[in-house]
Amino acid sequence: MTLSIFTGLLFFGSLTAGLLGALTGLGGGVVLVPLLTVFFHVDIRYAIGVSLISVIATSSGAAAAYVREGFSSVRIGMFLEVATTLGAILGAYLATVVHTQALAIIFGLVLIYSAVVSWQQGKNPMPELKGGSRWSDKLELSGSYPDRDGKPCKYEVENIPGGFGLMFVAGTLSGLLGIGSGAVKVLAMDRVMKVPFKVSTTTSNFMIGVTAAASAGIYLHRGLVAPGLAFPVSLGVLAGSLIGARYLVRAKTAVLRTVFTMVVLALGVEMIVSGVTKWF
Amino acid sequence: METIMGRLLQVGVLLSSFVMLTGGLLYMRAHSGEMPDYRVFSSEPQRLRHFGGVLQGIETGDPAALIQLAVLLLIATPVARVVFGLIAFVMERDKLFVLISTIVLAVLLYGFLRPQ
Repeated sequence: MTLSIFTGLLFFGSLTAGLLGALTGLGGGVVLVPLLTVFFHVDIRYAIGVSLISVIATSSGAAAAYVREGFSSVRIGMFLEVATTLGAILGAYLATVVHTQALAIIFGLVLIYSAVVSWQQGKNPMPELKGGSRWSDKLELSGSYPDRDGKPCKYEVENIPGGFGLMFVAGTLSGLLGIGSGAVKVLAMDRVMKVPFKVSTTTSNFMIGVTAAASAGIYLHRGLVAPGLAFPVSLGVLAGSLIGARYLVRAKTAVLRTVFTMVVLALGVEMIVSGVTKWF
Repeated sequence: METIMGRLLQVGVLLSSFVMLTGGLLYMRAHSGEMPDYRVFSSEPQRLRHFGGVLQGIETGDPAALIQLAVLLLIATPVARVVFGLIAFVMERDKLFVLISTIVLAVLLYGFLRPQ
């Protein structure tokens, strides 16, 4: 395969990954890494390095649109970023000691888990709000967001230590696997801290970029960001996610979502199986 | 304040994408006909891994260095947002969140500048 064909295929593959990521709400990285390793036979360490870069691009690219809607909470985001960035640094260090096949297996498990979360999100409405907590008041994390009629809708935050701990795990996975860990972040904010869905998705998007930036520098220092991969992949994922966010999310996507969830599941199983067979 | 933050991120990404595209096209012209192979991991050359080396590479017209500059710009974008958030909290005299933003910034800078 010559360079131009390889680059072209990479671009369109990454574009698809970006579209899929925006559509399922899982982010581009989760689809991108298996795409690169399974179909392009790229070493998983290169795939993770370049995925981190595209995760930053997607997060920052989408942020402008989210901010205009005014749902994201800078305070919640900044507070939880303490946990995710520390986790990301730990993850980037762990990446040097974990066997590459083990990386593939862990990645496969996260894929399957993400598919399940995405599936449930499509089905269950968001949980009801209960009372706040002592921490919520102390950190002034309570806030409000406009509801459908534009009236401010107040919310408080629960179980902050639990959410903080899960965010550390999300950050570690991000630094280890080069993904945004959107699924874990949403779990931490939606289910554990009971942040309203609209606020948690936009805030999580903000946090993903900052988290990825914490470990991306380490990957760059280690020579894991290959320029020949970086440009088609990051431009492709960015384009795909912007198109996806603009056109696909509004469309009726129940069927597409099911299909893509299956694709993510299949990729997860494939990564685990190939990881296990190559390792032993 | 949040609008400016969003704008900041957008500008960072646009700028980086532009540099990335330029570098990418030049890279393809310089390496056309080669067979890319990323199956086996071999670390990228030292010169493409740190800021000084990337700047030198750009001076000598290395397209790969231009792509790495775009990568650096991209990494700097969320860092700039945290800096911006810190400034905003300082102006609001919110001591607790000044501390929190400072911690986040310190962790980010550690990841970026940490000694080898």
